[in-house]
Amino acid sequence: MDQIELRAVSFEYTANGRRVLALSDVAFGVGVSEFVCVVGRSGCGKTTLLNILAGFLTPTKGEVLMDGKTLHGRGLDRGVVFQDFAQLFPWRTAQRNVEFGLEMKGVPRDERAATARRFLTLVGLDKFTGAYPHELSGGMQQRVAIARALAYNPSVLLMDEPFAALDALTREDMQRLLADVWRETKKTVVYVTHNVAEAVYLADRIVIMTPHPGTVKSQITVTLRRPRDPLSIEFLEYQKRVVADL
Amino acid sequence: MSRGLARFFAGAVASFGLAAVVWEAFAWSGLFSPALSPSLRVIVPTLVGMVSSGMIFLHIGYTLYRILWGLALALLLGIPVGLLMGRFKAAERFVLPLVSVLSPIPSLAWVPVFILWFGLGDAASIALVFYAATFPVVLNTWTGVRSVNRLWIRAAQAMGAGGADLFRKVVLPGSLPFVIAGFRQAFARSWIAVVGGEMIAATNWGLGWVIFDSKEFLRADMMLGTLIVIGVLGVGFERLVFQQLERRTVGRWGMVRTAKA
Amino acid sequence: MFRASATLGLRRAAWGLAQLAFPFVVVAIAWEAFAILGPFPPRLFPRLDVIGSTFVRLIATGILPLHALDTILRLAAGFALGGVVGVVVGMLMGRHRWAEDLLVPVVSVGNPIPGLAYAPLFVLWFGLGNLPAVLLVGFSATFPVIVNTWTGVKAVKDIWIRAAQVMGAADRQLFRKVVLPGALPYVLTGLRLGLARAWRVLIAVEMLTSVSVGLGWLIFGAREFMNTDVMLAGIAVIGIVGLALEKLVFERIEQFTVVRWGMMQR
Repeated sequence: MDQIELRAVSFEYTANGRRVLALSDVAFGVGVSEFVCVVGRSGCGKTTLLNILAGFLTPTKGEVLMDGKTLHGRGLDRGVVFQDFAQLFPWRTAQRNVEFGLEMKGVPRDERAATARRFLTLVGLDKFTGAYPHELSGGMQQRVAIARALAYNPSVLLMDEPFAALDALTREDMQRLLADVWRETKKTVVYVTHNVAEAVYLADRIVIMTPHPGTVKSQITVTLRRPRDPLSIEFLEYQKRVVADL
Repeated sequence: MSRGLARFFAGAVASFGLAAVVWEAFAWSGLFSPALSPSLRVIVPTLVGMVSSGMIFLHIGYTLYRILWGLALALLLGIPVGLLMGRFKAAERFVLPLVSVLSPIPSLAWVPVFILWFGLGDAASIALVFYAATFPVVLNTWTGVRSVNRLWIRAAQAMGAGGADLFRKVVLPGSLPFVIAGFRQAFARSWIAVVGGEMIAATNWGLGWVIFDSKEFLRADMMLGTLIVIGVLGVGFERLVFQQLERRTVGRWGMVRTAKA
Repeated sequence: MFRASATLGLRRAAWGLAQLAFPFVVVAIAWEAFAILGPFPPRLFPRLDVIGSTFVRLIATGILPLHALDTILRLAAGFALGGVVGVVVGMLMGRHRWAEDLLVPVVSVGNPIPGLAYAPLFVLWFGLGNLPAVLLVGFSATFPVIVNTWTGVKAVKDIWIRAAQVMGAADRQLFRKVVLPGALPYVLTGLRLGLARAWRVLIAVEMLTSVSVGLGWLIFGAREFMNTDVMLAGIAVIGIVGLALEKLVFERIEQFTVVRWGMMQR
């Protein structure tokens, strides 16, 4: 059974007095521990989709099932990583940022600190637990954000173009890191991006969306062995197939 | 010592040296009688006398007492009101019209009224400081709450924060740069209010009163000495209180750029 | 159809007005309650109708307008003086390193001293009346103008200057066509702060320098006879003038810079 199931999800909003259909009848499922990338041009509603999964928005039609139950609002069963580096709280050190979700859960202080350090180690930041966000590079800040979203042990990780604002070399490092983290933690991941190579590198399955209104055009299952080689012929073949559908 | 710092000190020495030379020229020019524009040779001993007799510290004490009371009351009222305004539309709609009508009235316009209500002395000065300081605190806190990055709120909500937690752990620290800015502005206004208030409404104590009283006895040297004290106190507060406060919080967090040491 | 929407608009406007009036009604009720039940005798804490009728009487007899006019003229004169001096000094500091080195320490010590503290000194030097009042207002206003103008000139981006030089701008043109407009938002901010400061100081200065006509003097003089109603009527006019400054001058200036250039945050 799928862990997440979208059933004919539509989302409509009003802007400047005009009604805009951002999502129309979007339906797909995400299995347990599956890595799904949602790819599309800007304006295809992929961020709206992620915000619905995170519980920031409610579908105007249709519903989202999570473990078989209808999703209502936000919950600690999902962790969210945004694109903007500013998502970290500047007044908290890296470790205290990672502790935030645990604090909300009421986890005692010592355990909190230990867990936070463990996840910072997982993303390779064990030497920077006491640093404030502004003292870290963009890539490091995003790694803290990933550790923060993982620390309170949600079963699903939702990511909205987390590496889009990074330079190309850092982005590749981060993709490798994320693949490793995913292999270790076995989370279910929904990852939104407009970068085709990134999607082919990371995903078990790619959901391709097209805009006006946002709909699912096709789905491609990526069967390449991991770790994947972005320069292999097969990798490029997959990229071509995705681009053809965009 | 870094070269920049050395340059700064050299500049400061040259700067104050030049100011002193200009002043001396003015004092000796005979434009005003020596009693009205005393030379530094008179001002400095007077200042030393005020300090060594300890009188100046009593005056400073009274002035600070009034400022700190007024400021404390202003923060106690202003921060909660500003937070409420930022959080609840109804509070904003109720308070904002009152603030926008009252805040353009200079605090010192209330001096005559406050004298009648509270009599001469501490209460009138404290009330003045309170009036002067409250509006900047309210307005800046309100602005601070509204300018808290929405992403922080979202991230916190995604991690299960809501209500009191969200407010205490996200909104409050997130608006701190503005709250501190309000505090600083409030202090500057309080300074004006307290000096003005003491000139008009104080009895026997306070820096404003010293300046005003010196006029009666044509003691320009005493006035200028007190002005120097006021200047030093102002710079001291900026350096020791506000810059430290900023450096240890919002500066440490990279939310504002702080002045270099 | 049109009619219906017109009445709807009218109703919405009325509702907005009611919302705006509500806080004042609450305060008025509190004031009245305090005037009746509070510890102060009516002479010290007059009821609103007394203040209102005094206000109307003083307006009708021309007393308040006369005082207000004098105050505004004094503000304009002092502010003009402070503004011109401030912009010139600030520009000098921004453009020339020697001026910056010499003046920054003096300005940073002078800035936090309330201009009002100089009032008795100015009275000793220039006597009572208009001259010390205007000079003091100008003196108070000049510091924020200096600081902001200086910051503004320093904030002109090197890349703009380089771009202009590449396109063949000479020093003079550079200043007039790049530095000046680039610094303008800051200069305007400085002028706004200077005007606000001038206004705050002026009322007290009028009390201290015993000008013969002016709002500050009016309310201060009323103290002799415990005319609290006159004071409060005077404060009301001060509030109106202050509000007018804010709405007609400050917000205009802000609009101008924000909208035209989109350069200022906030």
